[in-house]
Amino acid sequence: MTLDTFSAWEGTLDELKGLVTERAFTGETMMLNMGPQHPSTHGVLRLILELEGEEVLNCIPDIGFLHTGIEKTMESKTYEKAIVMTDRMDYLNPMGNNLAYCLAIEKLADLDVPLRAQYLRVILAELTRINSHLVWLGIHGLDLGVTSTMTYCFREREVLLDIFELVSGQRMMSTYFRPGGVWRDVPSEFEAAVQHVLDTFPGKIDDYERILTRNPIFMDRTQGLGFMSAEDAVAYGLAGPSLRASGVNWDIRKAEPYSSYDHFEFDVPVGQHGDVYDRYVLRVAEMRQSLRIIQQAMSKLPKGPFRSENRKYVPPPRAELGQSMEAVIHHFKLWTEGFTPPKGEVYASVEGPRGELGCFLASDGTPKPMRVHFRTPTFVNLSAVPKLSKGAFIADLVAIVGSIDIVLGDADR
Amino acid sequence: MELIEKLQAALGDAIEKVETFRGETTVFVPAAKIADVCRYCRDELGFNYMSDISGLDYYPAEPRFGINYHILSMTYNKRLRLRVMWSDGDEPVPSVTGVWPSANWFERETFDMFGIPFAGHPDLRRILMAADWEGHPLRRDYPLGYETVQFSFNFDEVNKHKPYAKK
Repeated sequence: MTLDTFSAWEGTLDELKGLVTERAFTGETMMLNMGPQHPSTHGVLRLILELEGEEVLNCIPDIGFLHTGIEKTMESKTYEKAIVMTDRMDYLNPMGNNLAYCLAIEKLADLDVPLRAQYLRVILAELTRINSHLVWLGIHGLDLGVTSTMTYCFREREVLLDIFELVSGQRMMSTYFRPGGVWRDVPSEFEAAVQHVLDTFPGKIDDYERILTRNPIFMDRTQGLGFMSAEDAVAYGLAGPSLRASGVNWDIRKAEPYSSYDHFEFDVPVGQHGDVYDRYVLRVAEMRQSLRIIQQAMSKLPKGPFRSENRKYVPPPRAELGQSMEAVIHHFKLWTEGFTPPKGEVYASVEGPRGELGCFLASDGTPKPMRVHFRTPTFVNLSAVPKLSKGAFIADLVAIVGSIDIVLGDADR
Repeated sequence: MELIEKLQAALGDAIEKVETFRGETTVFVPAAKIADVCRYCRDELGFNYMSDISGLDYYPAEPRFGINYHILSMTYNKRLRLRVMWSDGDEPVPSVTGVWPSANWFERETFDMFGIPFAGHPDLRRILMAADWEGHPLRRDYPLGYETVQFSFNFDEVNKHKPYAKK
């Protein structure tokens, strides 16, 4: 097959020149299109591969199949109405996306967040992290042929989704965090539901480890694969567990504690080998640390308001509307026009399950954001796939792509 | 702040102005100098990690576009924002992929969404939009996709933008 008949490449042959070896043009090596509907590309990712036998010489990721123009749409909504868009970006980490966006607004507007809301945010963000890691673990096992992890992980995930439904009414697209706090206070059943998670999950995580951690087939398939050195990991911008697996101790929850993460004791697991296996070990260890954080946050959860009292940004509670004219005015203004933060530009970042999730927010002093940009971890991690997959076998490529935990909604936005 | 002083001492003419808002420092850099400033920040100031590159459209102001480089020093736990101003017709912005390989896709995205070209980029193609897409969606004069409702008070104004009105 020559390149003239390779229809998967949308660009010109000139553009292809720098991305593959010269032998691809003479037909000595094989070009292969993988995806976007391939089951192990975790959504709609296309990889254009140059192969020599089974070996991957070059890999060109092609993204954008899930691009929905979220950043553009947010510019035409008021700040508060735009929160629903953030849930739909990284659909495994809705609360984390809410958090990044709300932190950016709070920084821009200099808005206070009550301690109870901060703790609730921590609990739910960590539950979301476990939820995301569970899905990753299930799918990653499935990619490598361990079907049982998938059924177990999705069973446990259901427990977490029930908690999200309990607090926000939605299983996945929760939109629970709002500027200045959270949407509503948690119901009385919340404590018992989280306690159930804290009681049962350590044993469940032991179960997953029993299936995989010392499984010789799994170890053979993943150890030494997809290696990234610490220097390269930083240069290529790898984030989150993928970065820490290479031995770089960097966690935004520790480095720039937001939402009172500095009130809790937890460890940041760091790997040594920078391979697929270490990324697995790290994510499992992170789930245990998340449980530790939730445990502390639940035991210290303070009483008090769950949302800021700043009426220029936060609508008054329903009960006030019948008594205070001012509350009616604020209610009306906030739900029609929206709030107007001062002119300025801020960048806020959180440690998502996949790594640094940043939100750049530019305001021109109107009720609608002038520009919202999300620095999404999957986007950056995916850009390192050509480097990670060089010299790997096709079958291993599946493990490598899976190991950096891609969510295409996160990359394409 | 001593970072800024160091930067000014080493590359005085490459710093146009420095702004601070909510504890975040923005350093304005002329477009032609951005790669040099980035290399200096990485080698001498310890900014080893490229967090984010994003475009920003100030339409209708001139210069029209801003490009933000959010860089991070893991050693000193510091963040810095470099800002380049750019308008249509200016020289392409030097690419920083030589300094941080992670800038590759960010610059492609900025090119795709705003039409800002980067000189010396190894693979400057569209990334999120289709290869044959026309226009750059995140420009502020790019329509969102709906039609404005036509009332009697804005009939003529809306009519001007309708496709048939041109013939």
